[in-house]
Amino acid sequence: MSRSTYSDELDFRVTDSSLRDGSHAKRHQFTVEDVRSIVAALDAAGVPVIEVTHGDGLGGSSFTYGLSGTPEQVLIAAAAETVRRARIAVLVLPGVGTTDDITAAADNGATVVRVATHCSEADISVQHFGHARRLGLETVGFLMMAHSQPPKVLAAQARIMANAGCQCVYVVDSAGALVLDQVAERVSAVHAELGGDAQVGFHGHENLALGVANSIVAHRSGAVQIDACTRRFGAGAGNTPTEALVAAAEKLGLRTGIDALAMIDVAEDVVRPAMEREPALDRLALLMGYAGVYSSFLRHAERLGERYGVSGASILMRAAERKLVGGQEDQLVDIAVELAAVGESR
Amino acid sequence: MSRTPVAIVGSGNIGTDLLYKLLRSEVLEPRWMVGIDPASEGLRRARDLGLETTHEGPGWLLGLAESPALVFDATSAAVHLEWGPRLAEAGMRLVDLTPAAIGPYLVPTVNLGAHLDAPDVNLITCGGQATVPIVHAVSRVVPVAYAEIVSAVSSRSAGPGTRCNIDEFTRTTARALEVVGGAERGKAIIVLNPADPPISMRVTVMTSLPEDADTAAVAESVTAMVADVQAYVPGYQLRNEPQFEPAGALSGGRGRMTALLEVTGAGDFLPPYAGNLDIMTAAAARVGELLAETSPVGSATGSTEAGAPR
Repeated sequence: MSRSTYSDELDFRVTDSSLRDGSHAKRHQFTVEDVRSIVAALDAAGVPVIEVTHGDGLGGSSFTYGLSGTPEQVLIAAAAETVRRARIAVLVLPGVGTTDDITAAADNGATVVRVATHCSEADISVQHFGHARRLGLETVGFLMMAHSQPPKVLAAQARIMANAGCQCVYVVDSAGALVLDQVAERVSAVHAELGGDAQVGFHGHENLALGVANSIVAHRSGAVQIDACTRRFGAGAGNTPTEALVAAAEKLGLRTGIDALAMIDVAEDVVRPAMEREPALDRLALLMGYAGVYSSFLRHAERLGERYGVSGASILMRAAERKLVGGQEDQLVDIAVELAAVGESR
Repeated sequence: MSRTPVAIVGSGNIGTDLLYKLLRSEVLEPRWMVGIDPASEGLRRARDLGLETTHEGPGWLLGLAESPALVFDATSAAVHLEWGPRLAEAGMRLVDLTPAAIGPYLVPTVNLGAHLDAPDVNLITCGGQATVPIVHAVSRVVPVAYAEIVSAVSSRSAGPGTRCNIDEFTRTTARALEVVGGAERGKAIIVLNPADPPISMRVTVMTSLPEDADTAAVAESVTAMVADVQAYVPGYQLRNEPQFEPAGALSGGRGRMTALLEVTGAGDFLPPYAGNLDIMTAAAARVGELLAETSPVGSATGSTEAGAPR
């Protein structure tokens, strides 16, 4: 079997999402200075795509998800001004952000649009892919919470995105709940469905400490685009660490175009100082991977646990029971109030 | 007392659920149903229930000897944009359940009185019907600089119309929070949840509050509004008391209120979890009744007997 490669030069293309997924961990308080320094360093190390957006995508600044400290479009423009080689990507969740937001991001210099839906709801992305392609943007589709549906469902949903103009469909392990073979089955199924019509990507979290391993498995199953966050700077226990992914890839002889030693320095010297704290595989984060909870619920569960005097772990477990999907952060309030009412203590 | 004869355009799930609601009305008499597919289940069902039906589309209504006084449009924005003005010109009043929004946005408990004369009124979106009343309930007590809503519905209750143009939902709902709800700025978010068994509609309304807001008065106003909506959507309820937070960094330096609601449908034709669809058909029936009661329409232009009682 011939191995899938991204291009003649790269075995897989890395998108660094520190400035998007990391926005959750930073409670959406990135400054223009943070963006300029991180983008410049990632770009210099050879990272080909850098994503900059509110954690919940374009238009995500809200009471429900957290208000942005600096408007995301200002951050996107700063990134596009700073970058020399890399492409700037933005994320949008239909239902939260609109095609107008995509237009604004393109005007500010973004050239890749990543449209994310829950993994059974791909048809709400059709309008956004069409719009992005008309603007001449590169497109990526995100099937979020991919652990919650079997491979054949993901494949059918990937087909909807590809038909709508999506050029690469990602299997997105939003809950960090997939384990090795489960990644392989899903990526393979999507790859088989799409054939040459679109590429396949993988986005992993560290909630079961499997980000790098899952990403390598994904590549072996046909994924040619892989997401990562420098220093794991992302939601939950964080994302696949870019510097470790690049180092591991190099040892396997896989080309990412990124300088491993430079990335190791960027992680320590540039990205770590911008972080509020190191993402930890602590009780709450591990529970998310174990029970299959959307990673960005973490900081909300912590805050609501404090506010209502209930256990953050109980909030997350109930979120899993209720089968909440990405975007339903408001229901964590409902759960916290409910737990407080029955006298659940911390 | 004779009931006002009305037509339903659109023989899908929404039109059929509306039909069941109108059959119970003491004010309105559903007499015609319009579709485009001769094999439509909805048309067959309507015929079995005694309605006159057609699969020839809305133009058929223009040729009737007796015109409906009111027409409920449960089709799509495109159909309403094409036919709404022509039906209105012929003297039929329109209650628009599509996102076309040719006429003013209308929420029965908030602004019906302002649009009794409008030839065409629009019911916004399901999210709008479920949340605008709450924003209004706050804004009638204190100024609302910002209102935000999250509407989560079962995937099974989100039809192709919503799915292929979800931006229309977010934009229209946000605008209604401002225009009808009274917020200076509105934001709307919609989430589809595929859980099985299906979730009933959940909506969350968050508004900013001035620092000196009388939170007890706000809570009382919200609770009263919920009771008003329950008059026509019995399954509309607060999950908890409205939650209040003092000003803080996370709320942009303003206080805020959060109201968590659940909407369960009456189960007329659509299943009870589809509260999002029920609140639209219930609002449509309510609006139709109020329009018929407050300004009985009879005179379709050029047809003296149009709308006259039989």
